[in-house]
Amino acid sequence: MTPIFDVIIVGAGSVGVPLSMVLSMRNIRVLVIERGHSIGQGQNKTAIGGIRATHSVPAKIKTSQISLNIFSTWQADYGEDIHWQKGGYCFPAYTSETESNLKGLLKVQKSYGLNIDWLGSKELKNIVPGINTDGLLGGTFSPDDGTASPLMSINAFYNMARKYGAIFKFNERIEKIIMRNGCIYGVKTNKQEYAAPVLANCAGAYARELGKLAEINVPVFPESHEAGVTEPVQPFFKAMVVDLRKTLGVENFYFYQNSGGHIIFCLTPENTISGTNTISTSEFLPIAAQRLAGTVPRLRNVKIRRIWRGLYPMTPDGMPIIDRVREIKGLYMAVGMCGQGFMLGPGAAMILADMIMQSPPSLEPKLLESFSLYRSFESAFEKLK
Amino acid sequence: MNRHITNHPILQAPQKEKISFVFNGSALSAFKNEMLSAALFANGIQTFGHHHADNSPQGIFCANGQCSQCTVVADNIPVKACMTPVTEGIKVFSYEKLPDLPDVSASPLPAGKTKTIETDVLIIGAGPAGLSAAIELGRENISVLIVDDKSEPGGKLVLQTHAFFGSIEHCHAGTRGIDIAKKLSSELEKHPSIKIMLETTAVGVFLDGKTGIVNDNKFTLVNPKKILIACGAREKALAFPGWDLPGVYGAGAFQTLLNRDMVKPSEKLFIIGGGNVGLIAGYHALQAGITVVGIAEALSSVGGYKVHADKIKRLGVPIYTSHTVIAVEGKNSVESITIAEIDKEFAPKPGTYKSFSIDTVLVAIGLNPVNELLTQARSIGLDVFCAGDAAEIAEASAAMFSGKIEGSKIIRALKKSVSIPEEWMSNLSILKSKPGKTKELELPEKYTGFFPIIRCVQEIPCNPCVAVCPNKSITIPGNVITGCPVFSGRCDGCTKCAAICPGLAITLVKNPEKQDEPAKVIVPFEILDGSIAPGNEADCTDMDGIFICKGKIEKVISRKNLNRRLLIQMSVPRDKAMQVAGIRVQPLELTAPYLKEESSGITDETIICRCERVSAGKIRRQIQDGLRDMNQLKAFMRCGMGACGGKTCQQLIYKLFREEGVDLKYAADFTNRPLVSEVPLSAFLTTDLAD
Repeated sequence: MTPIFDVIIVGAGSVGVPLSMVLSMRNIRVLVIERGHSIGQGQNKTAIGGIRATHSVPAKIKTSQISLNIFSTWQADYGEDIHWQKGGYCFPAYTSETESNLKGLLKVQKSYGLNIDWLGSKELKNIVPGINTDGLLGGTFSPDDGTASPLMSINAFYNMARKYGAIFKFNERIEKIIMRNGCIYGVKTNKQEYAAPVLANCAGAYARELGKLAEINVPVFPESHEAGVTEPVQPFFKAMVVDLRKTLGVENFYFYQNSGGHIIFCLTPENTISGTNTISTSEFLPIAAQRLAGTVPRLRNVKIRRIWRGLYPMTPDGMPIIDRVREIKGLYMAVGMCGQGFMLGPGAAMILADMIMQSPPSLEPKLLESFSLYRSFESAFEKLK
Repeated sequence: MNRHITNHPILQAPQKEKISFVFNGSALSAFKNEMLSAALFANGIQTFGHHHADNSPQGIFCANGQCSQCTVVADNIPVKACMTPVTEGIKVFSYEKLPDLPDVSASPLPAGKTKTIETDVLIIGAGPAGLSAAIELGRENISVLIVDDKSEPGGKLVLQTHAFFGSIEHCHAGTRGIDIAKKLSSELEKHPSIKIMLETTAVGVFLDGKTGIVNDNKFTLVNPKKILIACGAREKALAFPGWDLPGVYGAGAFQTLLNRDMVKPSEKLFIIGGGNVGLIAGYHALQAGITVVGIAEALSSVGGYKVHADKIKRLGVPIYTSHTVIAVEGKNSVESITIAEIDKEFAPKPGTYKSFSIDTVLVAIGLNPVNELLTQARSIGLDVFCAGDAAEIAEASAAMFSGKIEGSKIIRALKKSVSIPEEWMSNLSILKSKPGKTKELELPEKYTGFFPIIRCVQEIPCNPCVAVCPNKSITIPGNVITGCPVFSGRCDGCTKCAAICPGLAITLVKNPEKQDEPAKVIVPFEILDGSIAPGNEADCTDMDGIFICKGKIEKVISRKNLNRRLLIQMSVPRDKAMQVAGIRVQPLELTAPYLKEESSGITDETIICRCERVSAGKIRRQIQDGLRDMNQLKAFMRCGMGACGGKTCQQLIYKLFREEGVDLKYAADFTNRPLVSEVPLSAFLTTDLAD
């Protein structure tokens, strides 16, 4: 007997797990199929935990605001600590070019009603005690943004989804998407078949691979970024510091201190590293050390504990794809999060759940065009992606 | 209080400059450049701080730079006490909360370019395997870089004060480990193509095939054509209530404190595990004047060599077979241990609980290969070789052959032809074999004059007694090295066999012509004990440590060619002479237990992940809830997320899975990531700056 569900979600990651939660809380029978051993073992655990609404594209701002609302109220609503910290995002400017870019964006961001302002270097020093003030011209600060633990969050969403009846199958790979009369009928994995009229592609870095099984071109191409974590030290700042200085090998560098006292840091490489290889490079640590100690000099005395490399499932224009596939009835996707799957995940899940259930949309239909699978993908990358 | 060892039967206390440092506001003295952990132990401090999560006391655990449990705050910076030398006036505080990082002035920003060392072969680990491999490569003039995190080469050999087994010809049998280390090091110096970097830790293998090393707090890359992983082994952990108290640590850590740092970390200790590591650690403790209250072994007989067990039983150490540890008790550090006899299902038997007052528990239940770098190198697809304990746990003598063989394989892989002697392979398999059958001790007919009693009745690979007998009166039937030697023929009483036997298993008896005169017995002895002096009486014990008779000490023979061993000549009743195997140094009352009320075994409260303080109960509940991925456990319970990266708790979590009836093939393992151990960020701040 083929088990029958209302919705099959492929991928138990940053998007698939919150989607399973949102749907099962709305009484939908959900099956999640994951090729890994457990939840969040793809890119979720490689995310460092930043959550911000201060983007510059309205659709992303709104999506993140939905996410922020879920993250920031989770403990109050459900009692579980997901290590949410309302520490804000801080973009220090050390060059006049960065200053003018940030100030230019600030106007756009403010016009969307975002809580963000320009602070002088002295004020920034209160946000990040010990920040290197040599050449510091000030920077933007958005106090409503924050951070949470991707690991704790996905576990909380997973527990909630299971509580509402979602079923999870691990160590299973989709071998075939079964269709009848142009409609989704189910999937066949390496273990068995499952039936459902709706299939949601939440396969992250492997979204394109999955799309191919339905002969749908999903323009998602993984790149990699490296990150690391230190030993815990007494908490002294909470903000996510995004250092935009371009140096050899570095496009930008960002870090924060989590509620456990660990400093978690991540580097956007100057030159894109395509592919799915996630072995750490020998260049990363010396660069990361220079950037950390360069921005907050006292960090030279912290010990580095561990490093890793995770994937950014990129789209050609740097915007996610959250859409219904027009050619195949019942096929949906929330993919191409471009390295922001953790922060966009719950919001993306709400938007996709609305589409699947044909509920009143959480996002205005006009804004949804930015996430369409059928857009041109030619527009320039969002600034400060 | 000063617990520096100044007088030791085998080791020489080095002359070191005395300096002073401050701990929690008190001025203390130390030897210049000794490790902070040693200096603290020398001052009687074994609790180094309290965990920030639950205020549980913390202290030394691995003594090897791997676990960060010994972290203290030195001159405002959190450091590993076991890897940080003491300097004059350094101000040290115990670790009591998450440390505040001191503010410092800005440093230059540009990204550094890391220096890369090119070499044909990188050997990680300068122990018996690594050094032996290097020597083979050096003979072929192949460029070799050996890195080792310790300050002298030899690996664990430098902690081994006892004489080694095997054959004199092939693997330095009869020579002490500390002296084998010196021999290998001086052999190394003959080969100019070998470079060795000490106090250098390999921290990760990266995508480009380079290995990251840290020396003098500087990160450097090594770009080898071939890598040999020879980083040895670490103690298997055993979880029981109280195992996380300061004072419970591995036998390896103990030997480091005792024989490298030369501090006496304990007055009275108990050992869990009757393998060679535990038995030898017990012997080392006795040599340092520490009371060994007992050894508990879960199996019905000890797993280590019988001669090692006999050696310490004779000295008065009780070995409790079919016993397990129930709990270790103490407030801020170890105060007592409770053990109990177990049935065939390893369940404690009621009415067999006993406790002992002690200050230290050594865990020696076995070893696991140190293989993180091997896993990383393999995941990149590098041509990586592995030797010694890192490949397979065995004796150091086996590691030397394993090193030679892997070294030769590397020569071949570098396209040079070299033959690997068949003999090496057979030596390796003999040396790593487990002890074989044990036979009954056969005492000889009643001789007059000199004759040896060879208490070597278990099949182990060892034959120096055969080699040294000038009369060729000691032979092994069948001439196989694992056989048991027998004496027949002439004995002149030269004492060479008693002097060389690594197990101290040979005594000499001299029966005078006149039947009514007492006999003389000569026993080998390596313990410092002032009462062992001519004219005094000693408690003579048999092979199993049972009291036989009083012996009147006539002579304490100490000769240069005895290699720091003493031969004690005693006069004993003639009918007891052949039974006398040794001298008891620990009176019975020192090791007596007191009865204890029964308590439960491993509880839900027992800590499994020491770094992040995760209890067994929390993990069990997740497994019962269907969790089957160690990484998921790591993600939200944090076990394995701490400083040690799961090196300690991984095996313990396996055990919990098994206890819950989960086949380990359905439980996904931890992902292995650099760094292998925590490294100060400043190590990566290279001075060699690009652009």
